[in-house]
Amino acid sequence: MNPALLPMEPLAPDRKSAVTLAASKLPRSSAELECAFDVNDLSVWYGAKQTIFDTEIQLPAKSVSAIIGPSGCGKSTFLRCLNRMHELIPNARMTGSIKLFGDDLYAPTVDPCLVRRRVGMVFQKSNPFPTMSIGENVIVGLRLNGVRNRSFLDERMEKALRMAALWDEVKNDLNRPGISLSGGQQQRLCIARAIAVEPEIILMDEPCSALDPIATAKIEELIYELKKDYTIVIVTHNMQQAGRCSDFTAFFYLGRLIEFGKTEKIFTNPNEKRTEDYITGRFG
Amino acid sequence: MTGTFSKWRKVKSGLVSALCFLCAALVISPLGLVFFHLLREGASSVNWNFFTSLPKPVGEPGGGMANAIAGTFELLGLAACIGVPTGVLGGVYLSEYGNARTNWLLRFICDILNGVPSIIWGIVVYGLIVLQTKTFSAYAGGVALGFIMIPLIIRTTEEVLLLVPNGYREAALALGIARWKMTVHVVLKTALKGIVTAVLLALARVAGETAPLLFTAFGNRFWNHSLRDPVAALPLQIFTYAISPYDDWHRQAWAGALVLVSMIFVVNVAVRMLTRSRSVMAK
Repeated sequence: MNPALLPMEPLAPDRKSAVTLAASKLPRSSAELECAFDVNDLSVWYGAKQTIFDTEIQLPAKSVSAIIGPSGCGKSTFLRCLNRMHELIPNARMTGSIKLFGDDLYAPTVDPCLVRRRVGMVFQKSNPFPTMSIGENVIVGLRLNGVRNRSFLDERMEKALRMAALWDEVKNDLNRPGISLSGGQQQRLCIARAIAVEPEIILMDEPCSALDPIATAKIEELIYELKKDYTIVIVTHNMQQAGRCSDFTAFFYLGRLIEFGKTEKIFTNPNEKRTEDYITGRFG
Repeated sequence: MTGTFSKWRKVKSGLVSALCFLCAALVISPLGLVFFHLLREGASSVNWNFFTSLPKPVGEPGGGMANAIAGTFELLGLAACIGVPTGVLGGVYLSEYGNARTNWLLRFICDILNGVPSIIWGIVVYGLIVLQTKTFSAYAGGVALGFIMIPLIIRTTEEVLLLVPNGYREAALALGIARWKMTVHVVLKTALKGIVTAVLLALARVAGETAPLLFTAFGNRFWNHSLRDPVAALPLQIFTYAISPYDDWHRQAWAGALVLVSMIFVVNVAVRMLTRSRSVMAK
């Protein structure tokens, strides 16, 4: 992907909307935590249609940030901007800046592949590679990035599968096809695949929406475990899930960030009426 | 009232079913007739000799089409060398890289090329190679067949690759894997069976072509020892024998036709079995 495809317009302060100003006036909920993503003035278009408007947000490190909002509010688009996956959609275009621990992810010299090595992703629909075994699925990211050392790969495979709480279930079947697992196991396999390359961040795009409550509970436990080592950003439609497993919550509505703060605060005493209406189920 | 109504409805339903059955039978019957006729006329002349010996002069009993069978495989090999890499890579370009406008143009061109009568390809290669080298040759025939394969394989490869769910591409790219590695190790690997099928079907299609070989490979009554010499091919030999006035040559032509149709039949059945055992997507 050619970085030149994405015109980086200089930041235009006069374009800041009231919402952005409101957002920037938020108390730095991440004050005690290091900031992982620093997003400034992010706007995204698909063709002529703008889907994200002047968003400004700081996502703290080593914690779980949930992104909630009704369908079509730009949650997934926002998430995909964080590892430059939105560039894969033809006609997608963005302005603004996203910094990861101070590094500009959209600087013209930055290779999107390297961004995605640092920022892994788990998708809504579990997608283990159908031609690969369970074991191969886990290490494919390392192998195709040039790692050849077999013992190192095996070590990483076990470590990733253990972290994904899948090792005990599959350790005797590592050569079986990845798609022979159940839906919940497949999703944990995808998480193992994402953490095997040891990224700094894991993005999750509605990882439980196709799973039953038991498999969902396992993934949520896993998220709780993973935040010791990783920064996690999770998009979810399930408000209870956001409440259960996130430390911070961002509420998006119609492409704008309405409110961002500690999850307890957002769920019990939000600043914005719209946040409260959405959370209490009055719309969306 | 309900009685007559339901009766009439049953009659209509029966009529439509019968019509559909009739049309299906019409579609299938030519294959059955051709195969049956070939068996009746040709089976008696297909024997060990047919596969192992060279054609005999008129009037001499025995003789076979060993050189033509070998020649057909030789030509198919040459055609595959040209058609498979170009076709598969072209299909990869269409499905993975091209933008909407160039893709539209490429597809349009491929579809036109697929409709070009095969004798035109013969003439093109005659002008490009035979006239330049001043001799009919095996590789001219291979090039002609390869040209026919290219647009066929491009289109089928593209369609098979488009069946690979986008989720696999995204999953690979999200691991920081470079795009070309993703294409080779994930997309092509996932669609491998479909591509093999496409290639085999294209080979089966050109195996029966006669027209493009008439003035490229030309035909040969003896073994072919060099790619620069004319080479025999089953369809060519059948053509030559069928238009001859000799009865024993006619019988040989029937036998050749039977062998050719059986070969294509076997390839098609093999492809069906290959794709049925595990579907294209393996899912």
